[in-house]
Amino acid sequence: MFSFDLLLNAVVAGVLLGCFYTAVSIGLSMSFGLLDVPNIAHPAVLVLGAYGTFLLGRQGMDPILAGVILMPVFFLLGIGMYRFYYETFARRGANAELRGIAFFFGVSFVIEVVLILIFGVDQRMVEASYIGRGLSFGEVRMPMRMLVAFGMAIALTVCLALYLTKTFTGRAIRAVAQDEAALRLMGANPVRIKQWAFGLATAVSALAGALLIIVGPVEPSLDRIYIGRTFCVVVLAGLGSMTGTLLAGLTLGVSESIVLTMFGASWSQAVSFGLLLLVLGVRPQGMFGK
Amino acid sequence: MRRHSWRFWIGSACALGLAALAAVSVKNEYFFFAGFVVLQFIVLATAWNILGGYAGYVNFGTGAFFGTGAYAAVLLFKAASAPLALQVSAAAAVGALLGLGAGWLTLRLRGIFFSIATVAVAIVLETVVMNWRYVGGSTGLQLLRPPVLPPFDSYIKMIFVVAAGLAVLAVAIARYIEGSWIGLGLRAVRDNEGAAESSGVPTLKLKLVACIVSGALMSAMGSLLPMYMSFVEPSSAFSLYISASALAMAIIGGTSHWVGPLIGAILIGTTEQIVTVTISSELNVLVVGGLLVLFVVLAPQGLLGLAETARLRLASRRGKP
Repeated sequence: MFSFDLLLNAVVAGVLLGCFYTAVSIGLSMSFGLLDVPNIAHPAVLVLGAYGTFLLGRQGMDPILAGVILMPVFFLLGIGMYRFYYETFARRGANAELRGIAFFFGVSFVIEVVLILIFGVDQRMVEASYIGRGLSFGEVRMPMRMLVAFGMAIALTVCLALYLTKTFTGRAIRAVAQDEAALRLMGANPVRIKQWAFGLATAVSALAGALLIIVGPVEPSLDRIYIGRTFCVVVLAGLGSMTGTLLAGLTLGVSESIVLTMFGASWSQAVSFGLLLLVLGVRPQGMFGK
Repeated sequence: MRRHSWRFWIGSACALGLAALAAVSVKNEYFFFAGFVVLQFIVLATAWNILGGYAGYVNFGTGAFFGTGAYAAVLLFKAASAPLALQVSAAAAVGALLGLGAGWLTLRLRGIFFSIATVAVAIVLETVVMNWRYVGGSTGLQLLRPPVLPPFDSYIKMIFVVAAGLAVLAVAIARYIEGSWIGLGLRAVRDNEGAAESSGVPTLKLKLVACIVSGALMSAMGSLLPMYMSFVEPSSAFSLYISASALAMAIIGGTSHWVGPLIGAILIGTTEQIVTVTISSELNVLVVGGLLVLFVVLAPQGLLGLAETARLRLASRRGKP
C-alpha cells in the first residue's frame, strides 16, 4: 500500500502546492505581518481577484495577463481600504482592535455575498493553453498549472524580498514596521508609507487571485478555507518575513499533500487549521521568526 | 444596578410566561419555527458578548461551539436515546470544556490571533465530524423525534419553550457577570490588558471564565438544533454564518450592556426571518454583513450608543431653553 513512488509524488506535489500557498499568502505577510493590520478580508480579496480574472478571461484574455491588468485597480482599492481603516479605527483609539477585526470580517462577508448575488454559487474556471496539460519525469507527474504557480510564487517572493531590502521605499516599509515613532522623527510620513505598502499587498493579491483560478475552480465561499491557509503560512513564517513565508508555504504544502495521499481529501482542509492551532499554541512567534 | 433587580426578574418571568402562553394558544406551527431562530440568536449574541463585548476578544468560532453542542446531543440521542434535558446539560458541559481548551490554547495571545484560532477550531471540528460515520458524516443524519412530553401538544412547541428558558438564563448570566467583579475585570482587560495585569487583575483566569461560560451557553443552544430540524448536517451546524450573525447582532445592539445583544438579536433576528421568507436568504446575509460594517464604522457603541447620544442631546436642549 505504501510505496516510495507515492511518497515522492506527494512531496513533489506538496512543493508545488506550497509555492502556490506562498503566492496567495505573501500579500497577507505584508499587510498583517509587516503593517499589523488585522486583514481578515485578505482571502476574500483573493477570491475577488479570481473573479476579476474570470470576467477578463471570458473576453478571451490570458489569466496571468488579466491578473497583471487587475493589479493597478487593486492597488487603488488597497490604498482606499487602508485610508478608510486608518481614518476610522487606527487613529481614534477606543476599542480600535476589536472594531478593526469586526470591520474586516464584515467586509469579507459582504464581498462573498455580493459575489454570490452576481455570479451564483456555481464553480467558475478559466481556460488557457497551459491548464490541463502536464509534464512527467518517470513516475513523477507535474500538472502545468501548478508549475505556473510555482514560477510565479518564486518570482513574487524574490521581487518582494529584493524590494523590501534594496529600495528606499522598501526599507522605509520595514522601518515603519519596526519603529513608527523613529521614522516620524526622521521626517518621513508613516501613514503614507503604510498606505503604499497596503496598496502593494492588495495588488499582489490580485495576481495571486489569478493564480487561484488557474490552479482550480473558484466559488464565492472559497475564502473561508483560505483564511486558514494564508494565516497559517503567515504565522508559521514569523510575522513579516518574505523568505520565511516561502519556507512556511512549503511546509504547509508538503504536509497537506502527504495527508491527502495517506488519509484522503476529506481531511486535507483541516491540515492548515490544525497546523495553525499548533503553532499558536506552541510557538506563537512562528517557526522562522526571531 | 441592584436597585432594578426585581424589575429584571419580573421581566424575565413575564417573557417566560408569554412563551408558555404562546405555546398553549398559538395554533400556527410556523410561529414557533421562526420564534425559535430569534431565541437562538438571543442566546448566541448574549453568550458572544460575554467574551467579545466585555473583554474585547472577538470570537469567530460561535459556530464551533454551536456545532459541538448539536453533535454532542446527536451522539447522546443516538447512543442512549437520552432525554432532551440530558442532551442540553451534556452539551453545555462539553461546550464549557471546549471553551477551557480553546481558551487556554489561545487566550494568552493578542486578540487577532485568538480570532483566527477560533475560526480554526470551527473548521477542524467540522472536518472531524464530516469524517465521522457514526453521526452521519458529511451527508448528515435524519433523526426521529421522540414522543412529546405531556404539557405540550407538539415537539416544536416544547423546544420553543426550552429555548425561551435558555434565553432568559443566558441574559441573566450575562447580567450577573456584567455587574460582578468578573465583569469589572473583563472591562479592565478590554481597556488596557497590560495595565490590568500589572495592577493585579488575574486577566488570564477571567478571560478563561468568560470563554467557558460563553462556550457552555452556545453549546447548550446548539444541542436543540438536531431536534428542531429533526436532521443534522455538519456544514450548517458549524456554519460561519452563525458566528457572523452572533457577532453582528451583539455589535449592532451595543456591546457594553447586556441589553445590547438582546435588542440586536430581536431586531436583526426578526428582520432576517421576514427577509428570508419574503425576498431571499442571500440578501439577508448581505443585510447582516452590511449593517455590521456600517455600525462598526459609524456607531461603534451600537444602538445603545445611539440612544444614549439622542438622550443627552434631548436633555441638553431641554437644559437651555
